[in-house]
Amino acid sequence: MPPQLKTLLPVLAVFICIFLVARHFLIPDSFGKYGHYRANSMDEIAALPAHHIGKAACMDCHDTEAAKLNSDLHSGLTCEVCHGPGWQHMDDPEKNKLSKPGTREFCGKCHDMNPARRTSVIHQIDIKTHNIDRANCIDCHNPHAVWEMKD
Amino acid sequence: MEHLYEMLKQVDGYIYPNEIELHWGILIVLYPYITGLVAGAFILASLERVFKIKVLRPTYHLALLTALAFLLVAILPLVTHLGHPFRAYEIMTTPHLQSAMAIFGFVYLWYLMVVLLLEIWFDYRRDLVLWAEQSTGIKRRLYKILTLGVTDLSPKTIAWDEKLGFIVTVVGIPSAFLLHGYVGFIFGSIKANPWWSSVLMPVIFLLSAMVSGIAMVMFLYMVVSRIRKVKIDMPCLDEIGKFLFMVLILDFTLESLDQVHRIYEAEESFEILHMLVNGKLNITLFIMQGLVGTIIPLAILGFFRIHLPKEKIRKPLYMLSGLMVLVGVFFMRWNVVIGGQLFSKSFLGFTNFKLGMIGAEGYLMAIFWLVLPFCILSFFLWLVPPWKKHAEAELTE
Ligand code: HEC
Ligand code: HEC
Ligand code: HEC
Ligand code: HEC
Repeated sequence: MPPQLKTLLPVLAVFICIFLVARHFLIPDSFGKYGHYRANSMDEIAALPAHHIGKAACMDCHDTEAAKLNSDLHSGLTCEVCHGPGWQHMDDPEKNKLSKPGTREFCGKCHDMNPARRTSVIHQIDIKTHNIDRANCIDCHNPHAVWEMKD
Repeated sequence: MEHLYEMLKQVDGYIYPNEIELHWGILIVLYPYITGLVAGAFILASLERVFKIKVLRPTYHLALLTALAFLLVAILPLVTHLGHPFRAYEIMTTPHLQSAMAIFGFVYLWYLMVVLLLEIWFDYRRDLVLWAEQSTGIKRRLYKILTLGVTDLSPKTIAWDEKLGFIVTVVGIPSAFLLHGYVGFIFGSIKANPWWSSVLMPVIFLLSAMVSGIAMVMFLYMVVSRIRKVKIDMPCLDEIGKFLFMVLILDFTLESLDQVHRIYEAEESFEILHMLVNGKLNITLFIMQGLVGTIIPLAILGFFRIHLPKEKIRKPLYMLSGLMVLVGVFFMRWNVVIGGQLFSKSFLGFTNFKLGMIGAEGYLMAIFWLVLPFCILSFFLWLVPPWKKHAEAELTE
């Protein structure tokens, strides 16, 4: 056997052994319990704070707005799609205010003309021409009950 | 957390929510780029070793060291992108055997340990022993460690170096093809993405890898010669230019074939890809990849096939075409990686990519990972300079 291999083969063997030993210690206990992942990570992820807390949670404190919303065509929307994630607001409403966007630009994100969107699914207007005598959409439409108009 | 509507500003048309932000940025562009340089440089080196193209001798060791320097860095952009360096080893300890990406860890390790390091070691072992005898201090100790204690310099052992090194190179060629074909495969096998999904992808990646690797070695050879103030071996440079030309033609043909096939088939995704290519990828595809990276170098190198001008003219033109090819291949990776994420898989809209400066995904980081291999290479050239290797003659004395 060439002297090179006399050295290289043992080095390779040692390398593989170290790898196998290290592997044994590095694989977490719960690995593979349910699938190809660390089962304990499920609990850790579940314990993370949720950013979007859902309509039901808002309803506990804002039943009037919720009732309004459910009464009209926006009933399919959740509160946070407009107001943003409410996890901090829920804990301390006074300190963590949510945004209340009612501008042309904002409503236009869903309602502006977009040929890629079907009008049968969502009604579209041109935000640059639709009733431009008033600045914002909510100067006429109530954001929660859209057909409740201000004069 | 950024409000979704802020981000919608960067969207045109209709797009699925998870497509608004690009998941893969410039670091993922670098990953196939750097890996490609490795494969290309290695293949150039094996032309000399296995296919016995002796004119390429002056670049043989440089090509190997270049491959090693870039290989050491190849995975670092990935690790940076994933953002959990302390978990990176998990790809080796708990690989998911059905995932193409997970197996890359082993392909990489095989190539690094079994091919490149071994080939370089066999090639340098004799010199390491001699250098260890000639130098002092830390350097001496370093050389000694690198010999792994195999200090036998008898002709028989040295013949074994040659033989074993040859075997490793022969194994290395398919390995280099595997390494980079694999990167192409990872993209080509994503069937939801019509810009990527193509059986030609591994081959195209491989050929562009060879193009970039050869161009890189050509460029480095000229720079290193200039720094060392030695004359460039023109027959060698011409030969590299010839190979670069040949592989560039193949690469260009296959990439065109891929596009022609796409245009002729005109599947349902065609319209959005057409808009992508003529819109957001306009400059990077037609100007950078096509004109700068392919057409102009092809014209220059092709012209040299018909008529070889004087050395004084050839040298700067080789330098120029080498650099242009390197830029072109970078943008080829860019067009694949970034381009494939700019359009919605609903085929109805586009998002935008903004390249930041700072941060883990910024271009400063990318520049850092791109400069690092050159620093490593400089270190290698200082430690084991190919031009200080002992000639065969010295040995038989
Ligand atoms: C724990 C009860 C509570 C919950 C749950 C709650 N809020 Fe509130 N919210 C309040 C209170 C109290 C105020 C008034 C704070 C003030 O005016 O300073 C308020 C104010 C608001 C305002 C007006 C802020 C302003 O600047 O005028 C909005 C919008 C709002 N909440 C939206 C929501 C949404 C959306 C949710 C569900 C994600 C939600 N809230 C959940 C208690 C709650
Ligand atoms: C279509 C977007 C939209 C949705 C969906 C929506 N809101 Fe609003 N909301 C607004 C806008 C815009 C305002 C600001 C109205 C104004 O200033 O006149 C507002 C104001 C409010 C206010 C402050 C009321 C006040 O008098 O200042 C509360 C509280 C509120 N919303 C709660 C909710 C809750 C709870 C829900 C879900 C049940 C909800 N909103 C769903 C757009 C929306
Ligand atoms: C998250 C997307 C979304 C946003 C933001 C949104 N809407 Fe809507 N809107 C809808 C949907 C969905 C419907 C119900 C489908 C339909 O009829 O178009 C609707 C219905 C309407 C309608 C009734 C259309 C009809 O068919 O009669 C009006 C008016 C309207 N919205 C106004 C607004 C205004 C004003 C705002 C800004 C405060 C706004 N919308 C913001 C999604 C949105
Ligand atoms: C000056 C008051 C006024 C303003 C401001 C206004 N609207 Fe309207 N909008 C109306 C009236 C009135 C109608 C019903 C008649 C019509 O279709 O034009 C209407 C209709 C609509 C419809 C239903 C169109 C359809 O096809 O049925 C949508 C959607 C709508 N508005 C959204 C918006 C949005 C979004 C904004 C802000 C960019 C906005 N509106 C601003 C008064 C207004």
